[in-house]
Amino acid sequence: MIMSDDALNTPLPEDVDQIIEPVEFDFGLKRRTFVQLVATGLAILSAPMPSLAQQRGGQRGGSQLRNLWERVHIGADGMVTLLCGKVEVGQGSRAEFTQAAAEELRVPASQVQVTMSDTGLTPNDGNTAGSGSTPRTVPAIRNACAAAREALLDLAAKRWSVERPAVDLREGKFIHADSRRTLTFAELAQDDEVKKLLEQTTASNPKLTAVGDWKVLGTSVARPNAGDLITGTHRYPSDIKRPGMLRGKVLRPPSYGAKLISIDLTPAKQMKDVVAVQDGDFVGVAAPTTHQAQQALAAIAKTAEWEPAPHPSSKEVYNHLRERAQGGVPKNGFTEELATASKTLRANYNTAYIQHAPMETRAAVAEWQDGQLTVWSGTQNPFGHKGELVRAFRMAEDKVRVIVPDTGGGFGGKHTGEVSVEAARLAKAAGKPVSLKWTRAEEFTWAVFRPAAVIDAEATLDGQGKLTSWFFININAGGSAVQSPYRIGKSTSRSVNSAPPLRHGSYRALASTANNFARECFMDELAAAANADPLDFRLAHLENGRLRDVLEAAAKRFNWRERVKQKSRNRAVGLACGTEKGSFVAACVEVELNYEQKKIIPRLVCEVFECGAIINPDNLRAQVEGAIIMGLGPVLTEAMRFENGRMLNASFSEYEVPRFRDVPELDIHLLNRTDLPSAGGGETPIIGVAPAIGNAVFQATGVRLRDLPLRFPETKRS
Amino acid sequence: MEQTMAFTLNGQKQSVTTAPDRPLLEILREDLDLTGTKYGCGEAQCGACTVLVDGVPIRSCVTNIAAVAGKKLTTIEGLSTNGKLHPVQEAFLAEQAYQCGYCIPGMIVELAGLIEQRPAFSADEVLKRMNGHLCRCCGYPNIVKAIQRATAQARK
Repeated sequence: MIMSDDALNTPLPEDVDQIIEPVEFDFGLKRRTFVQLVATGLAILSAPMPSLAQQRGGQRGGSQLRNLWERVHIGADGMVTLLCGKVEVGQGSRAEFTQAAAEELRVPASQVQVTMSDTGLTPNDGNTAGSGSTPRTVPAIRNACAAAREALLDLAAKRWSVERPAVDLREGKFIHADSRRTLTFAELAQDDEVKKLLEQTTASNPKLTAVGDWKVLGTSVARPNAGDLITGTHRYPSDIKRPGMLRGKVLRPPSYGAKLISIDLTPAKQMKDVVAVQDGDFVGVAAPTTHQAQQALAAIAKTAEWEPAPHPSSKEVYNHLRERAQGGVPKNGFTEELATASKTLRANYNTAYIQHAPMETRAAVAEWQDGQLTVWSGTQNPFGHKGELVRAFRMAEDKVRVIVPDTGGGFGGKHTGEVSVEAARLAKAAGKPVSLKWTRAEEFTWAVFRPAAVIDAEATLDGQGKLTSWFFININAGGSAVQSPYRIGKSTSRSVNSAPPLRHGSYRALASTANNFARECFMDELAAAANADPLDFRLAHLENGRLRDVLEAAAKRFNWRERVKQKSRNRAVGLACGTEKGSFVAACVEVELNYEQKKIIPRLVCEVFECGAIINPDNLRAQVEGAIIMGLGPVLTEAMRFENGRMLNASFSEYEVPRFRDVPELDIHLLNRTDLPSAGGGETPIIGVAPAIGNAVFQATGVRLRDLPLRFPETKRS
Repeated sequence: MEQTMAFTLNGQKQSVTTAPDRPLLEILREDLDLTGTKYGCGEAQCGACTVLVDGVPIRSCVTNIAAVAGKKLTTIEGLSTNGKLHPVQEAFLAEQAYQCGYCIPGMIVELAGLIEQRPAFSADEVLKRMNGHLCRCCGYPNIVKAIQRATAQARK
């Protein structure tokens, strides 16, 4: 499929919640055979991806099940096994899913075990992304388990030959009060009847437990496998070991876009126990130890000839993206408002390319056995990975299985399956299982990046300080939260694709961080132009509702009105708010400016967050804390620097991420709206910190910083 | 050239025959299948690979196997004894001090080593030392609570 110009020029849908830009491998046929097939018109190609493929991945969080047995099993020991296609990457959904099943099946959480993300066992609940597990997968689990509960109650009544309403289920026991008889799950599940029953039943809108009756949901159930995490016994993808397994290494180009002209594999092939393979552009080795694999790779890398390709520097990347805005940069059409405005403001905001840098780099173990491929991989997208393997090796769907052990972090960066495909290609060549683990430098260089953003904002004010028009364009980063939540006379907000020099991927909250940074800083600029307090200016443009509620709550908690008066050139406060994916956040921060060290130091972050009914308070708090602190990195230090196609800071010593000493005082308040459906909480809390800090720096210095990361403001000595 | 090197590992005698310039981290994970010790950066910047050598926390990703010959090694797998958790592990469990958990074994090993060296360390002193550990989930607040709990317990 060739994308038409029209398709390429169409702006991203505003609700795109993931960017998935896989590397397309094709190992299924020899190149020569393939060309012959094309010539005879027999080749059926999967659609090649456009340079920037921003697409929805997988299903939307709750698989359509054929029957309940696909979701829940009851063992003869009474244990409930929940099957769920989502992935645990640290966000805590393993606990939430446990709670959802326990609640609806009326058992303690300790009686539930969750098998997650195994394409051979679990339903396809879609990609683990976009804060989808809470609003979509938890209800899907509750539905299935509530339906199972009703079916099991029917069965208990049948066993006792009593009326169904006379049977109750409490704390894992079926009870017939009249005859004082009880049955445990174990007693009920002694034969095949339960399995047959669940296989014959589908979920058909069973009655879910009302929030007011929650006993397990709404409580802080700990991660069921926490004991394995703190003893080091949990096997992450990079820890999987298979009999006879080798360690792999893949040859990377010396610079982005470099084309391999020639390479000699002989030096590696001459080494003892080393397997070396070239398949088109793919070159890799496998050996019994990583040390040997490194030596083999180094030996053949020396023989490689490359043809470099031009690549822009990070210093010029914003111009690069602007010049390549697809269809050009849109023009503000609000001519009447511009002509009659009391004041008009224009500003350009930019955010740098950054990396997710999860603690566990990409890792996979691949094993071929009797034409069946099994891959253990660290990914947020197991079923998507499976699809990539099926395409790369031209296999039947039922011959590929992807298993995702709880993984060492994702943050939106592990949607694509290149490490799995690479491991599988090496394993195929070796005839043995191969473990492939990317180095930190590979992860910084070859994994997907959070897109850089170039944002133009333009707005007009009338004589009363009211916004009369708003024009907001995000080039390259995407449309998440691009729409303004404020009441404005005339408003256009949209995102425009560009031709990015680096591979894009989702990142916690995606473009909403960039969009909210630009919007909320620009709102402060407008407030200053209107001689209004930043809080008052926002409230004047906000309807009653959830965003206003969190903003007012945060301002009150932080004592904004008093603190904003106490600013000095060394210390000041700033605020910001925002909404994305059905949750709402407001942040007030106090920032210290250290002129000697030229450092912006956040001292206090007060954040109020609301995402409907809270499912697990401790876990939600941990997510909010983590999002805030993670969000400080791209505000203060994180930016990928590149030149001549090479990453200049592909290591933790040169790419500084938040550490213990960088953690400010946190004052977090979670608004529990038990009257509203639960939304996810892992992303939106990140979008408040950047603009609040930028706004605080302006309060202190009068200097408006418009690029992330923020550079210490150049001010005259007073 | 391969060499045979002997050391004590989690209380047991152990020897390996291998290239002496291989990192300790790789030997632990690949040859001895002790995978609780993690790779994070390969340049002693993140602490995920921390083990104790003669009781002192070190980064096993930048330590060659030859450097630990004849020494006493403790990894995360050696902290709990007879199924009983180390007090530092108890503290991390009690404070839910984990998100993805990948960085946690390295932190626990370092903290156990520091407390063993000097039980009187204050939580602030310990925190300075812990700054060499990264948690990309940024679950630092709960980890700080676990550190405070473990150090308070040790001073009792």
